[in-house]
Amino acid sequence: MPTFTPPPLPSDDKRWKIVNGTMRKNGFARNALIETLHTVQSSFGYLDDNAIRFVAQSLRVPLSQAYGVVTFYHHFSLKPPGKHTMTVCTGTACYIKGTDKLLASAEAKLGIAQGHTTKDGNISLMTARCVGACGRAPVVLTDGELQGMMTGEILLEQLERWAVE
Amino acid sequence: MTYEELDQIAKAARAENDKYEHEINVCMGTGCLSQHSDKLKEALAASVAAQGKNTFVRRTGCMGLCAAGPLVLVDPQEVLYQHVSAGNAEAIVNSLDGEPVTALQCDLRDHFDRQVHIVLENSGHIDPEKIDDYIARDGYQALVSALTDMTPKGVIHQVTESGLRGRGGGGYPTGLKWGTVAKASGDMKYVICNGDEGDPGAFMDRSVLESDPHRVLEGMAIAAFAVGASKAYVYVRAEYPLAVSRLATCLRDARRRGLLGNGICGTTFNFDVEIRLGAGAFVCGEETALIASIEGKRGTPKPRPPYPAVSGLWGKPTLINNVETFANIAPIIRKGGKWFAGIGSERSKGTKVFALTGKITNTGLVEVPMGIKLREIIEEIGGGVPYGHTFKAVQTGGPSGGCLPAELLDIGVSYDALVKVGAMMGSGGMIVMDDTSCMVNVARFFIEFCMTESCGKCIPCRAGTAQMFTLLNRICTGQGTLDDLELLEDLCSTVKEASLCGLGQTAPNPVLSTLKYFRHEYIDHIVHKRCPAGVCNIKAPVAEIPAEVLA
Repeated sequence: MPTFTPPPLPSDDKRWKIVNGTMRKNGFARNALIETLHTVQSSFGYLDDNAIRFVAQSLRVPLSQAYGVVTFYHHFSLKPPGKHTMTVCTGTACYIKGTDKLLASAEAKLGIAQGHTTKDGNISLMTARCVGACGRAPVVLTDGELQGMMTGEILLEQLERWAVE
Repeated sequence: MTYEELDQIAKAARAENDKYEHEINVCMGTGCLSQHSDKLKEALAASVAAQGKNTFVRRTGCMGLCAAGPLVLVDPQEVLYQHVSAGNAEAIVNSLDGEPVTALQCDLRDHFDRQVHIVLENSGHIDPEKIDDYIARDGYQALVSALTDMTPKGVIHQVTESGLRGRGGGGYPTGLKWGTVAKASGDMKYVICNGDEGDPGAFMDRSVLESDPHRVLEGMAIAAFAVGASKAYVYVRAEYPLAVSRLATCLRDARRRGLLGNGICGTTFNFDVEIRLGAGAFVCGEETALIASIEGKRGTPKPRPPYPAVSGLWGKPTLINNVETFANIAPIIRKGGKWFAGIGSERSKGTKVFALTGKITNTGLVEVPMGIKLREIIEEIGGGVPYGHTFKAVQTGGPSGGCLPAELLDIGVSYDALVKVGAMMGSGGMIVMDDTSCMVNVARFFIEFCMTESCGKCIPCRAGTAQMFTLLNRICTGQGTLDDLELLEDLCSTVKEASLCGLGQTAPNPVLSTLKYFRHEYIDHIVHKRCPAGVCNIKAPVAEIPAEVLA
């Protein structure tokens, strides 16, 4: 039986070495698929076709299965994120305290629907299913930083600040 | 590691703490960190250094009362300060030898005195990233005593005797589960800690993992010893970066101390733990789906039996317990099953951690003995509904639970009592709603959640929740009819009885419970086309004006 040699790295980009490192740490086992995709997502910010193909080949997982996993879990994104990301928590506690209105005002301000990025690639508007800071509801994450007791004014101010940057 | 070595570490850690006259504990859980308690800690440390006080400033886990954060606890006086900012640091340090700063003092005796802390006993008192702090508070004693003085059977006997039931929501007796896995035959067995806290509005597991990760690890190691496993996985949500990083530190420290690895405590017991990150799928809280996710696949559930206890991860016998369940194990082994069984109600033993959120004054984490009345939790510990509004409902159990009205506030909290009234314990989210919340809208929110989170494997859940959402949407926008209501009730029973896993089977609960207790709100929406709480956007019915009048 011929021994398996993983495919070469797609480019010289150092981030591929990090991805390869995760796979090597797990002995290129098939069950490391989700772990590896996490590494790709955190290194590149999203998963493109190229990356999914590379991971699938390296782990000897059918491409369909890799794509199935990527689309099943909400955490994985197939689109590149904007320069800044505004994530609005839509968990129950935040909902009761009115994040639906926050989200609607952000959508109106940016002119995009949730889950999209503005045309200039500056701001992404995302939603999260509970970040576990319900004691501070309503909560938004601005570039990953948690901010509690959010109001419409503060939210719009932040968006304004990013827009003029 | 032996008893003596453990004792030495504990003594050294305590002696180190005793060197200081005062301790200033700063809460650095996610809630307080979001209000820059890290900067506060730096300011306090700088101020202590500047004034040359013999005081230790410690980072701790969650102190529970997130509403009043950032929190600072000064020991040994046990003065709790609330809403502290970096600007207050100097005043607090100045007051150490005199009277406390009254303007910042948090005086909520009712909130704290009524709680019983078992799972959270170390939260807010130890530095979660220091293993010695944990050992100084009797940490790892239970593991050492289980490994050196007890047999696996003896451990299971203690857990069975304690009457502990699974804290993830189902309430399956933990001892029974351990016994089944221990009896299952197989060369390889696994232990999994379920930290995929998907319930929106619940954050107990996050808080326990952030504040006292060693406690969970110790529970897992004891479980592995009892059932004969040597490998474990902790499955944590990727949305909890702080919990993941603290857990990773905790694993590294435990390995260094010889509490993880091969031949622990000089016995033949080998044990190692790996962290697996969830990727944002609510259904992965279901045990078979979680196993599929650890195997690197889509998280879809499988029909049971076979139960994971017989055929789980990679077809091997697997023990799956919730974070909070594992956090209860060490005290049970240390103090005995009988002690634990003495707390709580007749069929639900021990305590339960609840995440109190929504329209309530003291939002945060509370740990109360089972059997306590809902009214006590909400009105006394929680401080009631703020801003002069009136209480309408409390939602327990997340998307699988139900909404209970004010009339039912006098029931005692236990697995069976909550199921009887149409809600469930769930993992411990408790969301309070006041008169500004519309119950139909809340039901629609939960169904929308279940609809988007349905994995799509079985039709009742995939199509049923989508249809229920359409019907509820019609009712919320004022287009619903009484026939819709009938159809909705019919669908509820279909989805409940025919779905494959817990997600689908419990998805109709929010609708059923609101229909049971708040039917008049549905009728208002359908017949009178109005939303009593003023939440739903119902357009006023346009009267048909005859053409000739307009002309």
